[in-house]
Amino acid sequence: MQIIYTDVLVIGGGLAGQRAAIGAKRRGHDVIVLSLVPAKRSHSAAAQGGMQASLGNCLGAAGDNEDIHFNDTVRGSDWGADQDVVRMFAHTAPKAIRELAAWGVPWNRVERGEHEITVDGRKTIISEPDAAHGLITSRNFGGTEKWRACYVSDGTGHAMLYTLSNQAIAANIPVHERMEALALIHADGRCHGAIVRNLVTGALLAYVAKATCIATGGFGRIYRVSTNAIINEGMGAAIALETGVAALGNMEAIQFHPTATFPAGILVTEGCRGDGGLLLDAREHRFMPDYEPEKKELASRDVVSRRMEEHIAAGHGVRTRFGEHLWLDIRLLGANHINTRLREVQEICQYFLGIDPVRELIPVRPAQHYSMGGVRTDHRGASPQLQGLFAAGEAACWDMHGFNRLGGNSVAETVVAGMIVGDAIADYCDSAAGELIVSTSLVSLFGQRESRRLAQITSGGTENAFELTRLMQETMTNQVGIFRHRDRLEAAVATLQQLVRRSHNIGLRSNAPGANPELVAAYRLQRMLKLALCVAYGALQRTESRGAHYRADYPRRDDLNWMRRTLARWPGEETELPSLDYEALDILRMELPPGWRGYGARDYIEHPDTALRQQQIDRILAGLPGADRHARQQALMPFRHLLPEHLRNDNQRLGEEA
Amino acid sequence: MNRIPLHPVARTLQIQVLRHNPMDPASKPRLQTFEVEEADAMTLFIALNEIREQQDPSLQFDFVCRGGICGSCGMIINGRPGLACRTLTKDLPQRITLAPLPAFELIGDLSVDTGRWMRGMAERLETWIHSEGLERLDVDAMEQVMEPALAEEIYELERCIECGCCVAACGTAQMREDFVGAVGLNQITRFRLDPRDERTDAEFYALVGNESGVFGCMTLLGCEDYCPKNLPLATQIAFLRRRMASTA
Repeated sequence: MQIIYTDVLVIGGGLAGQRAAIGAKRRGHDVIVLSLVPAKRSHSAAAQGGMQASLGNCLGAAGDNEDIHFNDTVRGSDWGADQDVVRMFAHTAPKAIRELAAWGVPWNRVERGEHEITVDGRKTIISEPDAAHGLITSRNFGGTEKWRACYVSDGTGHAMLYTLSNQAIAANIPVHERMEALALIHADGRCHGAIVRNLVTGALLAYVAKATCIATGGFGRIYRVSTNAIINEGMGAAIALETGVAALGNMEAIQFHPTATFPAGILVTEGCRGDGGLLLDAREHRFMPDYEPEKKELASRDVVSRRMEEHIAAGHGVRTRFGEHLWLDIRLLGANHINTRLREVQEICQYFLGIDPVRELIPVRPAQHYSMGGVRTDHRGASPQLQGLFAAGEAACWDMHGFNRLGGNSVAETVVAGMIVGDAIADYCDSAAGELIVSTSLVSLFGQRESRRLAQITSGGTENAFELTRLMQETMTNQVGIFRHRDRLEAAVATLQQLVRRSHNIGLRSNAPGANPELVAAYRLQRMLKLALCVAYGALQRTESRGAHYRADYPRRDDLNWMRRTLARWPGEETELPSLDYEALDILRMELPPGWRGYGARDYIEHPDTALRQQQIDRILAGLPGADRHARQQALMPFRHLLPEHLRNDNQRLGEEA
Repeated sequence: MNRIPLHPVARTLQIQVLRHNPMDPASKPRLQTFEVEEADAMTLFIALNEIREQQDPSLQFDFVCRGGICGSCGMIINGRPGLACRTLTKDLPQRITLAPLPAFELIGDLSVDTGRWMRGMAERLETWIHSEGLERLDVDAMEQVMEPALAEEIYELERCIECGCCVAACGTAQMREDFVGAVGLNQITRFRLDPRDERTDAEFYALVGNESGVFGCMTLLGCEDYCPKNLPLATQIAFLRRRMASTA
């Protein structure tokens, strides 16, 4: 088996992986990026509407800053997030977007003078000041107090990914395309790289590295209806799980996006609603204000998706032969706006639905969209259990999203995490702990194990990999979706366990030399089933409702018992369930103690620490009369020391000095 | 519901695929026909997956986003390059012929290696912002201002998804292996337009001022005709040729 040696192995060529790669490379380490596909085709390109960063340039963003971004994100997470990480993120996001601006992303800019905008169904005129002309503009998104989603029309992720990929090419970082990591090489709590399969030739090879970073994105394809690209099968998270050492965090926290096209499930950006689009029912009645008078269509995604499904269940959906859906109405935005700011949406409607959104309604229904959970890491992206293993972006759970992610926070997270984790990787490689001591016999052992696993599949059973995949996806969509209940979750776990058993008996109809797509489907399925079980079993055990995890039989958020992050490990090949344990979130350390989010359900079970912490906060702030916002923040929950030194400074803004 | 009508008469599609697996010494290029019952709003993405799952699991093709934005699924559809994921079968005759994009290395069946080609093009044309001090950037400071209209103009050219349809549709690219194609020339106009890129026309000329660059174009306009993103490629090439001619 061929062995390739490098300092840093990054698995995944999307925004997070490539930004981490650039960071480590700049510090003088050799980096190789592995990617299932050409890097520019990664799912990061699918992010449409915007990247959250509190620049505060345009009128709708005036007064925005890190504090407000922090508050919005913590409320969005339903207090499931790690507040240190949210602070680090909100602080670094403006730096990330400014770096990307210098690198070439053509962010839309503020234009001075009068503009017509659509707010709450009505046209109104605003006037942008001269001082902001030419700075990066932003649009409104759900769950945010300010217009904070900076955008490039509705091709934001595409523009970001191309710019970043081109910078990685400029930095001479090799991307080994059509390569799939099948297992992490590890021993005694230390990761040494990965066993990798070439998706052209089918050959196995080993990459041995000081540091390995998983940046493979989400695992939406364990669901039947998902906005995710079809490569989002979670293999990075799965191979971390299969070490039996590394843990996955909060796997039950799955986001459903309110506006996926019906029935195909292609994403239509939240920017549609941010820019003034409305949700209508079968009678073309605007129903969201009935449920959510505060934020209406722009409550957080978990809340809007739940309200939509609730409204459909109440009999107000549009009935079709494929099932029921609701309408997204962007006609009121006008042809000019749609054809410049929402042009990908326009194309999707034209090509996939045969409609013109300037004149017609868009059929939508919530679909699986994002994985808040992933490889559990600390605030710098390092696995606490497996030294030398890092993770960044959607694949990771350093935990800035808790139980619900805000729109526009994921692309922002990818680059911010890439900046922070890339630096942490470089520190690790520079340290004594990063020195590599690995025997080729260990590498061979792992190579032989993967070789045997593949041989087991090709040796002939009776089950069909495609059929089992479909059954897994339908189980997840039907039983582990937006509304969850003990009975359905128990049934789902049982079905998935049965599928695990059946997956050991897969037979192939094709033995074509090369990658063999049927073999690929088979070995991915075996790993995806483990992720699916982490999701379903984690959801069954979490007897509360928090963010996107909604239990119909436990409808309240339960801070008393569930201020806890789920950690899932896979104990061994023979087992059919993950082992779960929990780590506490300490309210007494929080800058923003739990409360009402400002939208969604108002009643929750309070933890006694909440009142205690609030008293502490009030006392601390009372002792700081006249202190500026940075000093007040610092007194409540210092975080800057957690960041790499070059990312600690204040961000400059209009009317606010750096 | 989507308004894409059912075909008036239920059809059985005959999908003919040009097949070859270079990894298999016994494989010879051949046409194989599959029959698929057409469904409502069926795309080639749906049809090809159905074939793979139900008829021939060895069939190779590439899809990633299946929403027309990633550029993975370019192929020759009844003689014309296009994105398979957003091609509706109802717009095609009952007999459909699919072939891999020419000009790229064949991986197998409908899958070709556009990635290596595009990376080679990017390295050769240095498709990134060239600017002094990018590594010592002050990220705490306000961003540089840019005219809103200019940012939108740059995005027009940035929308390219490197699917390879323009290369497959290009007469020159079939004859000259080193031709950078409309995709490459579009990159040059994109970075030339961008004030953040400090390269001069003379430097751009050094990259594309020859037969494998802007002077290789025969103005057959296949690139613009088949660009799935409707980029104004012919206009860009003509503009670039004028600029480069006056720079020389």
